[in-house]
Amino acid sequence: MATMPASASDLLKSFKLKTKQQELLIRVSILCLVYILAFITRLFSVLRYESMIHEFDPYFNYRTTLYLTENGFYDFWNWFDYESWYPLGRIVGGTLYPGLMVTAVLIYRILRFLRFAVHIREVCVLTAPFFASNTTLVAYFFGKEIWDSGAGLVAAILIAVCPGYISRSVAGSYDNEGVAIFALLFTFYVFVKAVNTGSLAWSLASAFGYFYMVSAWGGYVFIINLIPLYVLVLLITGRYSMRLYVAYNCMYILGMLLAMQIRFVGFQHVQSGEHMAAMGVFFLMQVFYFLDWVKHMLSDTKLFQAFLRITVTSAVAVGGIALGLGMVSGYISPWTGRFYSLLDPTYAKDHIPIIASVSEHQPTAWSSFMFDFHILLFLFPAGLYFCFKRLSDATIFIVMYGLTSMYFAGVMVRLILVATPAVCLISAIAVSATVKNLTVLLRSKNKVVQTGSTKGSGGSKSSSKALLDQSQPFQKNGAIALLFGAFYLLSRYATHCTWVTSEAYSSPSIVLAARGAHGNRVIFDDYREAYFWLRQNTPQDAKVMSWWDYGYQITAMGNRTVIVDNNTWNNTHIATVGRAMSSYEDEAIEIIRSLDVDYVLVVFGGVTGYSSDDINKFLWMVRIGGGVFPVIKEPDYLVNGEYRVDKGAAPKMLNCLMYKLCYYRFGEMMTEYGKPPG
Amino acid sequence: MGRTSSTKEDAGALFHSLRSAYAATPVNLKIIDLYVGFAIFTALIQVVYMAMVGSFPFNSFLSGVLSCVGTAVLAGKSNFLSPLFAKDLPPERAFADFVLCNLVLHLVIMNFLG
Repeated sequence: MATMPASASDLLKSFKLKTKQQELLIRVSILCLVYILAFITRLFSVLRYESMIHEFDPYFNYRTTLYLTENGFYDFWNWFDYESWYPLGRIVGGTLYPGLMVTAVLIYRILRFLRFAVHIREVCVLTAPFFASNTTLVAYFFGKEIWDSGAGLVAAILIAVCPGYISRSVAGSYDNEGVAIFALLFTFYVFVKAVNTGSLAWSLASAFGYFYMVSAWGGYVFIINLIPLYVLVLLITGRYSMRLYVAYNCMYILGMLLAMQIRFVGFQHVQSGEHMAAMGVFFLMQVFYFLDWVKHMLSDTKLFQAFLRITVTSAVAVGGIALGLGMVSGYISPWTGRFYSLLDPTYAKDHIPIIASVSEHQPTAWSSFMFDFHILLFLFPAGLYFCFKRLSDATIFIVMYGLTSMYFAGVMVRLILVATPAVCLISAIAVSATVKNLTVLLRSKNKVVQTGSTKGSGGSKSSSKALLDQSQPFQKNGAIALLFGAFYLLSRYATHCTWVTSEAYSSPSIVLAARGAHGNRVIFDDYREAYFWLRQNTPQDAKVMSWWDYGYQITAMGNRTVIVDNNTWNNTHIATVGRAMSSYEDEAIEIIRSLDVDYVLVVFGGVTGYSSDDINKFLWMVRIGGGVFPVIKEPDYLVNGEYRVDKGAAPKMLNCLMYKLCYYRFGEMMTEYGKPPG
Repeated sequence: MGRTSSTKEDAGALFHSLRSAYAATPVNLKIIDLYVGFAIFTALIQVVYMAMVGSFPFNSFLSGVLSCVGTAVLAGKSNFLSPLFAKDLPPERAFADFVLCNLVLHLVIMNFLG
């Protein structure tokens, strides 16, 4: 009897770990749970519908991935696609970002090598959640680098469920951003690590991270402008150091060289205005290095000051003259429309209607911010406060990343995605620092009590702490109350995020669901049925004309040649289609015959009450068509400035091709999808 | 008048003090500086050549110039004999990093030459 408790306690003692090992176990288990959580919270649509690709753009990515698996990398890199943009074709190899496709095919090959017989579609559907899990790991290490490991853990948890990120990385959303956010955060983390350690190896890693980002998404321009801006801020605030010099130079040169291997990017790093900031800062760094060297050489400071003045003014002057010459002579191209509209949000509405028409490019409303960020929205300023309290190279970086990305998130809804990692990290700093302070308060009182009782004597520290406790007797209770409040807020955040993911961001938008009259679920699979009808009932070389939204899906699922698709690289071609859709039938048939079209596809939601059909988008067709062909005038289709489609609509509206096709025999409640013209 | 002559004197004094300080550096540092200078000189020659001949295979031009600039920058940075070098890393690690970065640089250049 007496020996059994002894052996049991011995057993327990052998399991009892030291504190450091306990801490490590807790950290690793939290990270594993967060990894799994980030993956499974994105699987709603796979469970509710089926494992398929969502939306429009991912279908193009899927088609190119299929091509890559079947034909190998060389053919993929040199692919000329004659099935889209009918008479023109598209040089796919030179006009896409290959990172996503190459990654998916790599995962597919690895799985196949391990004898898992998966289909490439499954890999494509699940690529984004997999990379979201990896992003949480990177967020942990980044938080650890900026603040401490507690902040890293909180950052990992916050970013695992944040709706701003989930919106573009659900299972089935096989789009560039799913991989690009991972590459973005990884590049930033490795660069900050390089600046902190000054090692060439980390800068090399950041160059590779930058290369991966360039191969994955056009948003790499954010990196190549934020990092020089950050370096400039460090230089101005007097934080120049050899580590910064090593990190930035290696990353810039190697990163630029690697980035130019992507054909779509080409020589933009030396020719485009968007990349000139990086080059300017590069030369400025050389000047600083030179100044540092001179300062080291000279012993006379007064002489050095004079030299400093001369050198800096002449360097800035030379740089300014070179930039001016480049821009005036046209060698350095100015900022392209897509990125210029970020600096001047009104630019796109007046000049480039295609960019203005995309719903994701509209300015963000406060409700979107609240919807996507929830409590992070007020934790963000709190985190900024903490960062300013402890300024270092790393916290300056995260502050700059947060502020610039929040500005851009305010300009365009789509860019909330880019702001999400920064907001999560800064909020994590706020949460971690606050919780840490509160728990220190809780613990310190216990410790004072203990030392008071065991040691019996008080050093000045414990006596002052005792005094402090005596002055605020409810400090411990306040701390407990605040901790409970923090716990409550975080649990509300988790609930909100799961609700948002389930309701708002998990619809595949190619399959629609509704409640029938008896509460049963009705699934509308009309899009896919229409595309398969095209695939099975039309000749192999038929050409289909539709609005550019559906182009990718028609080529991917219907396997037919289209006139325009989502790439929108040729505005005149799209305007021709827009003109055809908005003209009278006899004018339209001329245009359609000149384009060799066999079938016209329109999407009409009148039968089911689907609201985002072609009638809804019709005014954009008019605007884009009218932008190139002045024959189409928008006021012709409006009644007193109002857009109506009923009996009281404008006569031009009632007789145009789109209206005729949509409402053909609508009185008899028939809707037809693919139908030959004329 | 006094101002300009004083700046001139300043410039002269500056030049002299720089020269004397530089002459005092050890020989192996000067060799590395010579290497960096040679790399930059090669880059300049390529730029002049491009200005004369035209920039048709632009990727080849870029890869040539950037390889020279890259080796110059890497050598300047990994110069662990220099007094400016950050003391946190041991020299062997710095040298290994230098070799790795040069390897990557030249592989990319060879791919880019076309």
